[in-house]
Amino acid sequence: MPTDPVIEVAGVTKTFAGVRALGDVDFTLQRGEIHALVGENGAGKSTLIKVLTGIHTPDAGSVTRNGHISTIYQEVNLVPLMSVSANLFLGREPRTRFGLIDRARRDAEAAELLRGYGITADVSSPLGTLAVGEQQMVALARAVAADADVVIMDEPTSSLEPREVETLLGVVRKLHEAGIAIIYVSHRMDELYRICDTVTVLRDGVNVHSGPLGDLPRIELVSLMLGRSVKEIEKHGTTAFGEGHQADTRPVLEAVDLVSRPRVGGVSVSVRPGEVVGLAGLLGSGRTETAKAIIGALPLDSGTVLVAGKAVPHTVKASMKAGISMLAEDRKTEGIIPNLSVRENIVLAALPRLGRFGVTSRSRQDRIVDTFIERLRIKVSSPEQKVAELSGGNQQKVLLARWLCTEPKILLLDEPTRGIDVGAKAEVQELIDELAREGLAVLLISSELDELLDGADRLVVLRDGAVAGELEGDRLTREHVLAAIAAEVTDDSGDHAGSHQDSR
Amino acid sequence: MTTTTTPPAVPRAAARTKVLQRQGAAVALVLVVAVSWLVFPRFGSPDNLRDLALQGSFLAVIAIGMTFVIITGGIDLSVGSLYALGGVLAAWGSQYGFLVALALPLVVCGVIGLINGLLIARTNMAPFIVTLASLLFARGLLLAITDEGANTYQIPADSAFVELGRGTVFGFGYPIFIAAVLAVLGGVVLNRTGFGQNVFATGGAEQSAVLLGVPVAKTKVLVYTMSGTLAGLAGALTAAYLQSGVTVIGVGLELDAIAVVVIGGTLLTGGMGTILGTVIGVGLIKVIQNVINQIGTLDSNYQSVVSGVFLLIVVVLQRILRR
Ligand SMILES: Nc1ncnc2c1ncn2[C@@H]1O[C@H](COP(=O)(O)OP(=O)(O)OP(=O)(O)O)[C@@H](O)[C@H]1O
Ligand SMILES: [Mg+2]
Repeated sequence: MPTDPVIEVAGVTKTFAGVRALGDVDFTLQRGEIHALVGENGAGKSTLIKVLTGIHTPDAGSVTRNGHISTIYQEVNLVPLMSVSANLFLGREPRTRFGLIDRARRDAEAAELLRGYGITADVSSPLGTLAVGEQQMVALARAVAADADVVIMDEPTSSLEPREVETLLGVVRKLHEAGIAIIYVSHRMDELYRICDTVTVLRDGVNVHSGPLGDLPRIELVSLMLGRSVKEIEKHGTTAFGEGHQADTRPVLEAVDLVSRPRVGGVSVSVRPGEVVGLAGLLGSGRTETAKAIIGALPLDSGTVLVAGKAVPHTVKASMKAGISMLAEDRKTEGIIPNLSVRENIVLAALPRLGRFGVTSRSRQDRIVDTFIERLRIKVSSPEQKVAELSGGNQQKVLLARWLCTEPKILLLDEPTRGIDVGAKAEVQELIDELAREGLAVLLISSELDELLDGADRLVVLRDGAVAGELEGDRLTREHVLAAIAAEVTDDSGDHAGSHQDSR
Repeated sequence: MTTTTTPPAVPRAAARTKVLQRQGAAVALVLVVAVSWLVFPRFGSPDNLRDLALQGSFLAVIAIGMTFVIITGGIDLSVGSLYALGGVLAAWGSQYGFLVALALPLVVCGVIGLINGLLIARTNMAPFIVTLASLLFARGLLLAITDEGANTYQIPADSAFVELGRGTVFGFGYPIFIAAVLAVLGGVVLNRTGFGQNVFATGGAEQSAVLLGVPVAKTKVLVYTMSGTLAGLAGALTAAYLQSGVTVIGVGLELDAIAVVVIGGTLLTGGMGTILGTVIGVGLIKVIQNVINQIGTLDSNYQSVVSGVFLLIVVVLQRILRR
């Protein structure tokens, strides 16, 4: 193979306050290749990327760049208060003859450009008014539009729904055809095998493997990432996610005809103790909004929420008191408090329960925190480490721990495994299972259809803020869900289990 | 380009917020002016209006700089002191001619602003602390060069510099035009230049701005330099108008400047704001002060009470609207 590297990294080491994030890493990106970068949460992928782009200076080693690099970072890094078009063109705005920014042209070009990504929102409105997935697409459009030789994507699909993932993969292919090299980070194996030529596996900050991806069986890739033998992984096998829930008959959570304009228009959902109910639907179909309406974070125009048969006042506080907890989708703006420690972030929501008269027992806090750090395998140097310093996936685990330690009766999970590596993902799913077995009622939102199909006992499919179908038993199949999403199915949600399944 | 019309997705609520934030102060201004016009016969007299505009222009010059600073998410407490210092330097410099009288305050106050900016951008110290220190520093410097304030430099009445503060066109003082030109320039710089975009990005999401390639540190240095320079200019104009470098003015002026910026809809947390809003905010505060003066019997101390209440209302409204 002829070598023509656009990026060459040799012997790079990077340490943060005593924690080694990268140790003597060699990495080469050839011109025109799609290079997968994989590893567990906290393996050092994002750190390596920040070294490549010059955000971090390595402690030792060299980085050679033979071209312009454009990057989509793991968290959407745009400015929410600025308009969509201003974000898209920040730093390279179209100018008038007098050298001033041509706002009309900027808006027109932005609208044109984004239409190609399936975004039709008003480009002059603040970016923050867009859904997370749409913001991710804007970040993608921005990175791609910047005439680069290398495009780096750090978990670009983690907040996208299937249709958008396809759009993104299409963009990746186009870039590839144009001879642009790509570094692609993702925890989703399917995507990697579909588009990547080469793979580099990081484990604990060390490059444990670099080579062609096609030749590498999936299970071996996973074993390289986790540092466990193939046998061991085969034994654990695929998780038995979704098995063995024994749902009680009386629902503990009943949401009746919730209307919260403009996104939720009359949704009814009920969940029984020990049951995992999935909410499916496309981005913008009102899944997140439904969950928020249930817990009282969105104002209700009409409808009621009942917990164990009793109506709950429509405030977050009352809902939490009644035993509902919610893991929010957008950890950056709605959950994590970056400057607080891991311990503080975890116990935050449970503090009122942990203490008496506002005084909380520190040793009790420590015990709980240690349990969760171990159980969720959160990679931290100590519980007192600032959350901002954790890798993306580990931040997600901290949030999950926060809501679990409130010991809720009902747990609303919005994209709980986003950005979590394969190993931990199975564990989180296992945990959800275990909690359901212990009698917790779970409402699960996920853009990954497989996760819903595997994990949920029953699926409620939303479309345009209304229930488009309910599936359980035999009808819990990909085809049925897709059909309901695409509105191809007549609403026959009345007859279930046992009915013959034939997808038309 | 033919079509740019796109269906509004979520932004309806956002658009409403925008209108209220933008126009809220404007609506209040129109109301207050209309009421004053009807209730106080002297309010609408040309003399009074000219005086109002002139008084407003000094504050406006400072507030334009403050708008930039606040949009980056910072604050500049030193402008009141720099304003007074600028006036004294201008008065002292006027004995060496027009140019020195004008340039000296701009340069000195600009340099102090630059130091503010460098300290804030490079050492990560809080803007509040850094500019509080230079507030004290500039006051001290002022007292030192005026013999504890005992020495008031006069500007010769026939000097060209006085014309800058007292000259008029159609009865409107030069400072009004200077402020107007600066406001227009400020608006253009903020909305139509790369620097302006950097200002918004820096205040909107600093970490992201860094990753987007925005020169955050440079932007901060520039806005504080600008703010200092403009405060010096406002001081120089005031000295020219008063024909002397008055040492006791400008105490607490930084709070007025912050108040008008915030009343004008600029978010105190940064990332969003307009020069037009600031100008409207200046109008609002000055009209209210003017009316209180006209009532005569009302203690002028109530001016600050009223401005305080106004500020509170606006800030509370912003919070509610931002939900
Ligand atoms: N600014 C920082 N300060 C301290 N530690 C840091 C900092 N940034 C990263 N780390 C640590 O470096 C390690 C590698 O983190 P990195 O973000 O590169 O992981 P990652 O492979 O991208 O993981 P993920 O899949 O979860 O995104 C982690 O242990 C993390 O806690
Ligand atoms: Mg990462």
